[in-house]
Amino acid sequence: MAFIIADRLTKTFPGETRPAVDQVSFEIKQGEFVVLLGPSGCGKTTLLKMINRLYEPTSGRLLIDGVDVRSMPATALRRRIGYVIQQTGLFPHLRVEQNIAVVPQLLRWDRARIEARIDELLDLVELPRSYRRRYPRQLSGGEQQRVGLARALAADPSLMLMDEPFGALDAITRARLQEELLRIQQRLHKTILFVTHDVDEALRLADRLLIMRAGRIVQFDTPLAVLAEPADDFVRDLLGADDVLRRLSLLTVADALASDGMNGDHTAHGIQETLNPGDNLREALIRVLRSGGQPLPVVENGRQLGRISPDIIASALTRKTHALPD
Amino acid sequence: MRYLIDNFPYVLSLIGQHLVMSGLSLAIALVIALPIGIVCARVARLRNLVLGILGVIYTIPSLSLFVLLIPFTGLGLRPAVIALVAYAQLVLVRNVVVGLTGIDPAIVEAARGMGMTAAQRLWRVELPLALPIILAGVRVAMLSIIAIGTIAAFINAGGLGLLLFDGVRSSNPEKIIAGAVAVSALAISANGILWLIEQRVFQATRGVTGTKN
Repeated sequence: MAFIIADRLTKTFPGETRPAVDQVSFEIKQGEFVVLLGPSGCGKTTLLKMINRLYEPTSGRLLIDGVDVRSMPATALRRRIGYVIQQTGLFPHLRVEQNIAVVPQLLRWDRARIEARIDELLDLVELPRSYRRRYPRQLSGGEQQRVGLARALAADPSLMLMDEPFGALDAITRARLQEELLRIQQRLHKTILFVTHDVDEALRLADRLLIMRAGRIVQFDTPLAVLAEPADDFVRDLLGADDVLRRLSLLTVADALASDGMNGDHTAHGIQETLNPGDNLREALIRVLRSGGQPLPVVENGRQLGRISPDIIASALTRKTHALPD
Repeated sequence: MRYLIDNFPYVLSLIGQHLVMSGLSLAIALVIALPIGIVCARVARLRNLVLGILGVIYTIPSLSLFVLLIPFTGLGLRPAVIALVAYAQLVLVRNVVVGLTGIDPAIVEAARGMGMTAAQRLWRVELPLALPIILAGVRVAMLSIIAIGTIAAFINAGGLGLLLFDGVRSSNPEKIIAGAVAVSALAISANGILWLIEQRVFQATRGVTGTKN
């Protein structure tokens, strides 16, 4: 059974005629990274906040792990769900360690367990343990959001809600934190609902994209599938689905090779640039073009798997566009 | 200055009386103003009404308020404290409201989203963050209580006002000067001490004085 089941969830704010979220139904599996994407005012944040009941639905039902969220007190529900917001919401009067300890304390963990957990989390988000005694104000924006992430993970919730967590950060810090989040997710396999309006961020992070417009879900599928077959012109425009480079960035060198098979025995002459199977095709194309359009060898563990040429990239693009992975 | 030096023990006892009257009034005023302020911070509709009423009380001339209370309470400390408590409400309630409503909404949302109850939010997050502004109100309230408290001598509540009233009655400028100097000294030191506390709290709640590492 799905981990999260939303059944015709609707939220109409008092004094509004049009619902902010309108009869939305979906299912999310345990361990999925789902990104809610859409323009401002599409209802994505409202939808997110109904999940931890910061907003109560006007109608409809929401099950988490088979349990109706309204069957328990909102505070008990929220302590089981990690919550990260854009402005971090760190408590400025509490030290880093006290910020991280908030939910474990609400859950009445004993002191020793909390202390050990703080160290573990600082390691996980790659902050030095010496930061324990600092105040949020003494950290950079990126460091603050790492603390925000550690604080949300503190009681080891299986579900994380993230509301544009990297929206206020500069591009470089944002990219680094996206990478960190993916690394942490590979280790912890949380179920994550992540709100953003940044398309590149969405494509980079999502297992599945939940695209919203005017309170409804327009499309809910993998990034590759959404890019290849946008449900309508709105989705096409939103994602820039016609952007070839964006599509290439979702394919890997290994994808292209697999179809092309081993194309002969190429002896590497001299010192030459090589590609890894895990590189994305956008990166590969750039490097192929930079080396004058010459095919570049793909090497893994010292073994040459094949070569990538502009032709192979082009055929991978057209093939992947029509034959979708399941 | 002669009078002050010659009658120092007497002046000191009046300072003591004045301090007891002011401190008692401030303590009672705070106990009343905190819950009113908290409720007004939560219920926007109540806010203007309550602050309006307190504003009206604040504009009643202090001498007439003291005298108005006499039929109900008699003379002495009791009507004085009641009046001083009433005067302090406007500043205290207003600062509690401003302190609580001025907190970054993201911080309150985070506290809610993490599963704090309303009481936990109030005690662990909102009141600590509002404390510097509440204390600023306490300081201003204390200064007006000390000042208005001199008039309370008129209704037999004692304190440094005695020196002023006696001085005027007996045309003794020495006494008036002694009273004025003592009241000023009291107000200035109260201001200084409360200001220091306020600064310390401000820095602590903004996380700027913490030792690194």
